[in-house]
Amino acid sequence: MIHSLFLVNSSGDIFLEKHWKSVVSRSVCDYFFEAQERASEPENVPPVIPTPHHYLISVLRHRIYFVAVIQSEVPPLFVIEFLHRVVDTFQDYFGVCTEAAIKDNVVVVYELLEEMLDNGFPLATESNILKELIKPPTILRTVVNTITGSTNVGEQLPTGQLSVVPWRRTGVKYTNNEAYFDVVEEIDAIIDKSGSTITAEIQGVIDACVKLTGMPDLTLSFMNPRLLDDVSFHPCVRFKRWEAERILSFIPPDGNFRLLSYHVSSQNLVAIPVYVKHNITFREGSSQGRFELTLGPKQTMGKGVEAVLVSSQLPRGVLNTNLNPTQGTYTFDPVTKLLSWDVGKINPQKLPSLKGSMSLQAGASKPDENPTINIQFKIQQSALSGLKVNRLDMYGEKYKPFKGIKYMTKAGKFQALLSN
Amino acid sequence: MSASSAFNDEKGGSSNVGEPEYGHDPASGGIFSSDYKRHDDLKEMLDSNKDSLKLEAMKRIVAMIARGKNASDLFPAVVKNVACKNIEVKKLVYVYLVRYAEEQQDLALLSISTFQRGLKDPNQLIRASALRVLSSIRVTIIVPIMMLAIKEAASDMSPYVRKTAAHAIPKLYSLDPEQKDCLIEVIEKLLADKTTLVAGSVVMAFEEVCPERIDLIHKNYRKLCNLLIDVEEWGQVVIINMLTRYARTQFLNPNMNESLLEEGGGEKAFYGSDNDDDTDDEEDKEEKEKKKTEATAIVKRKPYVMDPDHRLLLRNTKPLLQSRNAAVVMAVAQLYFHLAPKAEVGVIAKALVRLMRSHSEVQYVVLQNVATMSIKRRGMFEPYLKSFYIRSTDPTQIKVLKLEVLTNLANETNISTILREFQTYIKSNDKDFVAATIQAIGRCATNIGEVRDTCLNGLVQLLSNRDELVVAESVVVIKKLLQMQPEQHSDIIKHMAKLTDNIQVPMARASILWLIGEYCEHVPKIAPDVLRKMAKTFTNEEDIVKLQIINLAAKLYLTNSKQTKLLTQYVLNLAKYDQNYDIRDRARFIRQLIVPTDKSGALSKYAKKLFLALKPAPVLESPFKDRDHFQLGSLSHLLNAKAGGYQVLPDWPEAAPDPSVRNVEVKESVPEWTKCSSREKRKEKKADKPFYSDSEGESGPTESADSASDTASGSESGSGSEESGSGSESEESNEESESASEEDEEEEGKKKKKNVEKIKARKPVPESESEPSSGEDVKKSEKKSKPRIGSSESESEEDNDSESESSESEEEESEEESEEETKKKKKTTASKPPSKPPKKENKKEKKEMSLLDFDDFDPAPSPSQVTPLNNFLSSSLVTDLEGLSLTDNVLSPTTIIPSGNLKTYELLHRITGEGLSVEYCFSRQPFSPDPHMVAVKIQFTNSATSEAKSLHVEDAKLQSGMRIKEFPEIEVLPAGETVSVVMGIDFCDSTQAANFQLCTHTRKFFVSIQPPVGELMMPIFMTENEFKKEQEMLLQSLGQLMGMNEITEKLTLEEKCQGEHAVVQRVTTAANLSRVPCGSDKECSPPVPPPPFPIHRFAGKTVTSGSLVLVSVVTKEDGAAQLTVNCEKMVIGTMLVKDILQALTQ
Repeated sequence: MIHSLFLVNSSGDIFLEKHWKSVVSRSVCDYFFEAQERASEPENVPPVIPTPHHYLISVLRHRIYFVAVIQSEVPPLFVIEFLHRVVDTFQDYFGVCTEAAIKDNVVVVYELLEEMLDNGFPLATESNILKELIKPPTILRTVVNTITGSTNVGEQLPTGQLSVVPWRRTGVKYTNNEAYFDVVEEIDAIIDKSGSTITAEIQGVIDACVKLTGMPDLTLSFMNPRLLDDVSFHPCVRFKRWEAERILSFIPPDGNFRLLSYHVSSQNLVAIPVYVKHNITFREGSSQGRFELTLGPKQTMGKGVEAVLVSSQLPRGVLNTNLNPTQGTYTFDPVTKLLSWDVGKINPQKLPSLKGSMSLQAGASKPDENPTINIQFKIQQSALSGLKVNRLDMYGEKYKPFKGIKYMTKAGKFQALLSN
Repeated sequence: MSASSAFNDEKGGSSNVGEPEYGHDPASGGIFSSDYKRHDDLKEMLDSNKDSLKLEAMKRIVAMIARGKNASDLFPAVVKNVACKNIEVKKLVYVYLVRYAEEQQDLALLSISTFQRGLKDPNQLIRASALRVLSSIRVTIIVPIMMLAIKEAASDMSPYVRKTAAHAIPKLYSLDPEQKDCLIEVIEKLLADKTTLVAGSVVMAFEEVCPERIDLIHKNYRKLCNLLIDVEEWGQVVIINMLTRYARTQFLNPNMNESLLEEGGGEKAFYGSDNDDDTDDEEDKEEKEKKKTEATAIVKRKPYVMDPDHRLLLRNTKPLLQSRNAAVVMAVAQLYFHLAPKAEVGVIAKALVRLMRSHSEVQYVVLQNVATMSIKRRGMFEPYLKSFYIRSTDPTQIKVLKLEVLTNLANETNISTILREFQTYIKSNDKDFVAATIQAIGRCATNIGEVRDTCLNGLVQLLSNRDELVVAESVVVIKKLLQMQPEQHSDIIKHMAKLTDNIQVPMARASILWLIGEYCEHVPKIAPDVLRKMAKTFTNEEDIVKLQIINLAAKLYLTNSKQTKLLTQYVLNLAKYDQNYDIRDRARFIRQLIVPTDKSGALSKYAKKLFLALKPAPVLESPFKDRDHFQLGSLSHLLNAKAGGYQVLPDWPEAAPDPSVRNVEVKESVPEWTKCSSREKRKEKKADKPFYSDSEGESGPTESADSASDTASGSESGSGSEESGSGSESEESNEESESASEEDEEEEGKKKKKNVEKIKARKPVPESESEPSSGEDVKKSEKKSKPRIGSSESESEEDNDSESESSESEEEESEEESEEETKKKKKTTASKPPSKPPKKENKKEKKEMSLLDFDDFDPAPSPSQVTPLNNFLSSSLVTDLEGLSLTDNVLSPTTIIPSGNLKTYELLHRITGEGLSVEYCFSRQPFSPDPHMVAVKIQFTNSATSEAKSLHVEDAKLQSGMRIKEFPEIEVLPAGETVSVVMGIDFCDSTQAANFQLCTHTRKFFVSIQPPVGELMMPIFMTENEFKKEQEMLLQSLGQLMGMNEITEKLTLEEKCQGEHAVVQRVTTAANLSRVPCGSDKECSPPVPPPPFPIHRFAGKTVTSGSLVLVSVVTKEDGAAQLTVNCEKMVIGTMLVKDILQALTQ
């Protein structure tokens, strides 16, 4: 299946290669570079590139291209999904997935890749099992290793792969047993120039951090499970139980994992938590334009809107801006024409606004492009859809774990269209 | 392969030279000498005693490999450390070894013994890792060793090792495709494995080695369906893709009646209720579907009823739409798209839309597939229209794909919203995207008549856009639209004529000129003026525009020659001297055609017809149209070109193949066994029930009952009853496999003990039972001559129990027998009434054994259930014979196989053959026309009502080297008659199947004959001394690694198989060998007392190449025995060992 893997950085150097079958010359990447040149933006490189003898399937994460070389028919999503899993694993191991981190830990990377694929077919991709096989590097361990000459490779042979719950390692022990769940919802919306909603959807995830001794069997139930329109589960969740009773029943992996992700359909009306008022004018023939933008909270269930960040791609005709924010800081890059305004927290009593003038190219006519505003924000302690966890129970172990649940709402792809 | 090895050569040759990237490597220092030095110190470190130094060195070497630097000259130093105690050093050495072994084959052999030792390690993980590395080393010399290791690992106790064996299969196959046959055997064995761990990997191996052998799946189909949800995610993808292909060959098209109906209808109703949460919804669907099919059935042929196995697949894959893995979701989606009834396909839309939230690469692939699906099944995605709206932050390639989907989804009801969306898109910064949007508007306009004018007006407005690209794209699209109804739009044409002054994009200019030329009657005043302007700028235009100017001139000349004659001539003269020969040619051609001269031929009369013919409007089609002939989700689909190794998705069969091939022998004691598994699980299962039982209660019984009556018409009543039984069976096996996979760990111990007890209890039974039936006197004498260990005490104790048990089971068994056994067997059982009771007992015993095999940690049971039965038959027969022969003490060894005992195989089933059934057996007689061929006796039986004519063989598809000698054509085979013929096949000493077509006067059937290895040889006569000499010769001549031409296996003979004749009989049944008379031993060396343990020797040679095959069986006390096979042909040898072993131990 996957023949070889090349890692390419943003300047087009291959800084790591790994082969699972016979060696493929790195010159195959030339086809990739060609495609990269043709593409106007980095993300416009086609994920699948056919070459005379191979196929290149690539993903772009953290400004690194992961280019897999394929020789024969294979579902492209299979490879793409696997490559993303590789990136997630690196991130899990090194905290970040940058070129420097990979180069620093090249041996661990190699060991990981060796375990993750056998003859190009995925072997161990569960983080729990990998961590048993190869210990993630920590500063302490690196120091100890250099002094004592001991290794990152697990001393005992792993057993998790052989057990009936392949996602959980065996023999887990904690002094403090705790289980935390984060319900995080992202709202995707497009708002048109008059302020009405074109589309709005909520995508949610429940991320868990479970540190429990032994083999706990957990059940999690919701007050209003009917809200969840479409769900996808971590493999540990017993699907039939969910189908029958709408209860999540599972033996969790050890550590951090994503328990489920869900979708709240657009049929349920989504309350948009912020609104935008704007007035942008370009006068024909004049070299001046006016810019005015005001943000305000809408339906936030009494919670404050925080970490607000507004960004917008202004038309090419704009040379510079001279704006005054009532709070926060703003920047404008005259080269990329990117305006960004870090607002911070919205104070409902005194709404933040950004006002001023833009200087336009002299003699240029009114730009006909349609600028959009992307907005980011966070609302703590509330899930926009109203999803509530009812209770969490544990079976199979005797101790009493400490349990915690946190809710948060974030803006996903939240866009407002501006008039002109 | 060749390309890569060439690359290796180049790299290997230039270990120190030609590394252009030294500058990037901080450690190398950038010059040769330091590089040399560095390698020297690495060597030193590797040779040191300290693990930490070794580790440091290995880490640096691996870092070099990772950067693509050549480290092959360190091979000798590294390979020494393969047995290092430190785990990390060892692992890194493995990494190195796998990378460079191909280049340094000789040195790599040094490491092999370490892995061979590892293969025998008591720890399963070490065994697995040894096999993994051994199989990853691409050194052709060790192919036989790899083969042996894989075979051994395939029957390992640990499922993890078996999984590794499955992974190793494609590796060996890519190294040496010659091994295909043996590998297929291993695959077949592993396919029967019941653990989820193995399932995914073995199917992957199947797909890479022998995807065409779909017949291997039959027996495992239901098991795979039931295990699917517990298999790891990557395995799920592979299994689902394979099962899609399988289902396409085995089931009927669920939409075959609906395809005749208009689209829509039932679809609307279905989408109304697409909440999918409730299972009663599902019921509705099914009812509706049934009603629909019933309705159409009256019009058309008999009603379609879904095969229960087809339903099983759909039901068991559906939950996987909820997987977090996009590849799994996509796999299920394509399965539903290709296999599900139209009304049920809708469930996948929601899941696919969910995937669109994922990374952009995932979106890209999903959108490609959605685009294809949305053409065929537009209704499915309509509710999710808004999810395909485009965001300004999407990458261009995603935007264009979303646009494609939106266009496909557009219809009369939603077009206004879609067009409003499009309007915002046109204002985007991204010009490529804007151009694509304009094209999309054009397509909407052609497809939906109501909005054509609106679209056209919108596009005309765009003509005044400031961006030239937008205008140009609009012109091109408008041109296409105008072709549909030019009469009403002369305004637009006039408007566009004016544009020629401003637009510079060649394609747009050409389009305008073409339009004016085409519709010059509508703009009679403007057209000549445009030509005038164009003639002025002719020399500066692009080629494509010049061609259109000539075109315009020609058309005007034909319609309005008064005004344009001079202009046309001017243009043609200009074109005559153009640089481009296309233009010169065109000018010459047109001049001859339109300007009447005395020379001009008949064509000029038709010039008007040629130029002013009515041209059909272009059809704007989606590039994704008809892409679904590729399996969705595949690479080939994405590229719209067949990728290497792509397996074509077959079309539905006209008539369903025999569904009974998927039936697995019913294991009676299974429910009992599940009962004793943990109670907790059962509770949970009860809770699960509603999910399954709902849908089953609706579909299960009715469907199976229907299908039973359906098939009953064609097949015997026996298969009908079997059919209805299969429903409940699959449920049982479902439960059992689930609990098996979940609980094997805890339960294993208990079960084992239990089973052991059972065996103990069972063992004496067959013996004590068989005794009264066969001649008692003989038995007694035999007992005297060969004292047995069987204790009479246990016999008497167990006797009562076993007898009552056997009488209980007798009834059930006789039923089953009638179903399963072939005619021939019935015949033999009928002719030998006394041997019947013991046979049954044996069968019972066999069942208990297979119960044992249910245990996850046991090697998988052999899938062919016929063989053991046959062996039992023959063994009981032998005991009879033995009695006879012992009395006169002279035994002619070669005549021991009674001809009636030849095993027959089915070549063509009566149902698929439309009344013609064909069986074959290996007659073991030399094939007289060609001694290098194996004689195959073929028996035709015509059970149809009409006679079959001109039966003959045609179109043999053989592996290279194989030959076939056809039998003479059978001219007529009257109804009800049977006829036998003999044909010869040269299998080239391989077990590759010979494929050919069997033709009647009406039809052709594809059939294949696959020989068991034992039939590939013929007996030769040899004395014992000769035998020994040959054996030694064989060993010495090659004298290489053991296991190359001598294979020795220890085994335990069953008690009733310990007799000399039993052994001889079984070996000769398994392989066509002759016995080497042992009496000669005494003649040669009279003083030596007869050996304490008899040795049975057999000799033969392969049919094609005449290589010797020597087999010896040494029997020892307590039924222990040793089997040795010597053969130059490694493959034949190993396969033969396996077959004989099976024959002797069962």
